[in-house]
Amino acid sequence: MGSNAAENHPISFKYVTMAQQSGGKVISVDPRFTRTSSKADIYAPLRSGTDIAFLGGMIKYILDNKLYNEDYVVNYTNASFLVNKDFAFKDGLFSGFDPQKKSYNKSTWTFDNDENGIPKRDLTLKDPRCVFNALKDHYSRYDLKLVSRITGTPEADLLEVYKTYAATGAKGKAGTVMYAMGWTQHTVGVQNIRAMSIIQSLLANMGVAGGGVNALRGESNVQGSTDQALLWHILPGYTNIPKASQTSLEAFLASIKPVSKDPMSVNWKQNYPKYAVSMLKSFFGENASKENEFGYQLLPKPDDGKSYSWLDIFDEMYKGSIKGFFAWGMNPACSSSNAGKARKAMAKLDWMVNVNLFDNETGSFWKGPGMKPSSIKTEVFMLPAAVSVEKEGSISNSGRWMQWRYEGPKPLGNSKPDGDIIMELGNMLKEAYKKEGGQFPDAILKLKWDYMTNGKYDPHKIAKEINGYFLEDATVNNQEFKKGDLVPSFVFLQADGKTSSGNWIYSGSYTNKGNMSARRSQKDVASNIGLYPEFAWAWPVNRRIIYNRAAVDLTGKPNDEKRWVVKYTFEQKDGKYVPGKWEGDVPDGPAPPLQNPDGTARADGKYPFIMQKDGFAALFGPGLADGPFPEHYEPLECPVEKNFMSAQLVNPTAPVYGTDADTFASCDPRFPYVGTTYRVSEHWQTGLMTRPQAWLLELQPQVFVEMSEELGKLKGIKNGERVKVSSVRGSLECTAVVTKRFKPFKIGDSIVHEVGMPYNYGWRWPVSGKEESANLLTPSTGDPNTRIPETKAFMVNISKIKRG
Amino acid sequence: MNVTRRRFIQISGASAAGIAVSGMGFDLSPVRAHALTLKTKDAKETTTICCYCGVGCGAIVHTGKDKGRVINIEGDPDHVINRGALCSKGSALSQLAENKNRLTEPMYRAPNSKEWKKVSWEWTLAEITKRIKATREATFTLKNAKGETVNRTTAIASVGSAALDNEECWIYQALLRALGLVYIEHQARI
Repeated sequence: MGSNAAENHPISFKYVTMAQQSGGKVISVDPRFTRTSSKADIYAPLRSGTDIAFLGGMIKYILDNKLYNEDYVVNYTNASFLVNKDFAFKDGLFSGFDPQKKSYNKSTWTFDNDENGIPKRDLTLKDPRCVFNALKDHYSRYDLKLVSRITGTPEADLLEVYKTYAATGAKGKAGTVMYAMGWTQHTVGVQNIRAMSIIQSLLANMGVAGGGVNALRGESNVQGSTDQALLWHILPGYTNIPKASQTSLEAFLASIKPVSKDPMSVNWKQNYPKYAVSMLKSFFGENASKENEFGYQLLPKPDDGKSYSWLDIFDEMYKGSIKGFFAWGMNPACSSSNAGKARKAMAKLDWMVNVNLFDNETGSFWKGPGMKPSSIKTEVFMLPAAVSVEKEGSISNSGRWMQWRYEGPKPLGNSKPDGDIIMELGNMLKEAYKKEGGQFPDAILKLKWDYMTNGKYDPHKIAKEINGYFLEDATVNNQEFKKGDLVPSFVFLQADGKTSSGNWIYSGSYTNKGNMSARRSQKDVASNIGLYPEFAWAWPVNRRIIYNRAAVDLTGKPNDEKRWVVKYTFEQKDGKYVPGKWEGDVPDGPAPPLQNPDGTARADGKYPFIMQKDGFAALFGPGLADGPFPEHYEPLECPVEKNFMSAQLVNPTAPVYGTDADTFASCDPRFPYVGTTYRVSEHWQTGLMTRPQAWLLELQPQVFVEMSEELGKLKGIKNGERVKVSSVRGSLECTAVVTKRFKPFKIGDSIVHEVGMPYNYGWRWPVSGKEESANLLTPSTGDPNTRIPETKAFMVNISKIKRG
Repeated sequence: MNVTRRRFIQISGASAAGIAVSGMGFDLSPVRAHALTLKTKDAKETTTICCYCGVGCGAIVHTGKDKGRVINIEGDPDHVINRGALCSKGSALSQLAENKNRLTEPMYRAPNSKEWKKVSWEWTLAEITKRIKATREATFTLKNAKGETVNRTTAIASVGSAALDNEECWIYQALLRALGLVYIEHQARI
């Protein structure tokens, strides 16, 4: 659901097929009958943008039929916590909504604490105010009939999916979900995933082999580039970015250190100050000292409450406040939602640096369709980068495996590895500020920048910096280290400046024992579940399945004895149980389980969800912008005038931008069809790394629009004809594919048609210039938590192209 | 019998020691003879991870001795994720490296110009440095409207890239932050 793995992550689908061959059931839920659907045991269609209705119905089905795993729900989730008595939900809005600010005051989205400050729990789940009953209440409205009216999924299909999936809650069974941008690119993107997380927690599918909620990453290193924080809101290792109001390092460290009063909660994030200080030591080296707050003041600070995301960048660029722009290994002229706005915005820049393998629609935007070069002042520097096989370094995959790759040929022509370009640019900037001075030169001059060997970028030096060093002789956790030793893991990092680590989650990846990511051992764990612990390296601490301590019962015994992930064996001393050891995967912390084998409680036991402040999986999630429970809202552009679930049509907290390029058309007869986008196997993302290739372009030469036979008939459109697809923001020419893969949806009492296009194209390649980006159609709105644009559900029209 | 491709070749190699019939029970000499004629015979062999999606498949890159360019890329049979298999894109990887459409020189487009001009690295990086510095100097903000220290410029933005290696990402974000950028985004956001 939310992905089409057979076409977009084909090798991952090999394992789905293997599971199916050993008796597993494969379910495909998609607006279109994809190649994944063709391999599935069950296919259920749904209208784009209605996943929460679909999944909410499943939550209700699981609760109504008591198909959840009670032990897991009581002991490992926050189901038993008592919710603030003032928390409420009414007709689409949670308590605390401020219509002026379009945001929530979350003061009622809290738990009741006991006298020690520990959340109160009702282990019988009977208290009407416990999370479990709040969850039940919330989803009581999501009955089959209503869900079907919203999603367009026939009731029988809903029931079959619910029944089949809910069966994975049984002991010894596992269910997993593979999602991708089909879930994230919505104004309710985060809540789509939350909804599935709730289901997985109810069914005890988190932390187990074959479980989880799996993001199928679309880029080879989008996991790693996120880990390394090429994002405005975080620093490496998911440390929150320091805000303007955090005027001292002390205030910042306090803000990233959650406090739990519960001695049984590991609350791992309380260690973040150690990681943050060690990171500052990597940023600024010897220039970071206790006296200067380890260089904290050298970091730029965003304003509190303001967003600096992708959509904001192009909004500001369009308005003219951004003068200089780097598009480094990206093609925003095609990948940006509302690409027409992004292209016009680029014309307002003074300068752009475009680093890529090929000329692209971004670098050459000034000569693209509708552009007049003579009136565009933007200077463009286009730099040739080396291909991945021409350089050395690591990337991290969807499973958090960091894998090293090597240089085959030298970079072609005068192209250079990105690393060399970055290092050389850094050297020149340092030189310029050293020579000429300027505004706040310290940040640049004090940056640690010694990552070259013989004048060349050296990935090993940086990989070691990311891992971290002991900067002085030290004894930590009863182990002795010498100055210059590589840190064996983040457990040894300190907040006093004696250690460095560019990114704590990668600590342990490059140690005194060598480069862990280059390992190649074929050896699996004893249960043969495919973890291969000595093949490459996974963050954190080579743990292959996170939250694996939730895969055992309270005494540490695996819930699935055949496909076990970890297990605990106690030792006995003088007739008493004393701590023993974990086997299998690297466990989520060394602490013993919550109970002894005889069922007596252990005071030193710890809750399994160690990254959660309270130690429990969050059925009730108070941290998000749009509610502690996922709620169905229509996409910002939708085919219905009313949300059948509540009076609140769209996500009340969704961001909307206000320039003349930010137009929307909901329930507008000019744009009557739901539009969505996807990819094809032969092209990658905007197609920039595949469209200039002969074989792949020959396999998929044209942008096409798929529509149902019914819609084709209605519009008089035949297979293979060129048609114009338009939204209120733009249009493009596509080849019509009239197909059984799309069927009209019955939404409420009306028929709604949906069409879909791959977004893999752009005018620069193929050189005909006729194959354009489907993102010319998509809107500039997005999720209130992440601001990921809503490119998977919008409204379009289709018309035949009449050629004279 | 479960034998990886590499192991297969090893076994067949071992059989050259004097027995015509290999340990596998059939004659491998024709396979061996064919292997000797493969274009990858003297090539440099390196492993890589596919640069497309996030599955993380392994591939073997053969770089020819004569021209030092890629002559073949194929799935790595000993990679535990893909076991030698690759999808349509991965199978075409060699065409990404060996491609006449690739950029091989820095290019420059002047204001209002209709064309690209080939330029040198030295010139380009020096000019980019000047542009960054000029924009940064003109727009650097020490304090925000509330008087809080912010040390930033909001007039320069960067997007990218999930196509970079981890090590490249790390130094790139460090450099951008040292310059005072707060508009730092990439593929993960979209």
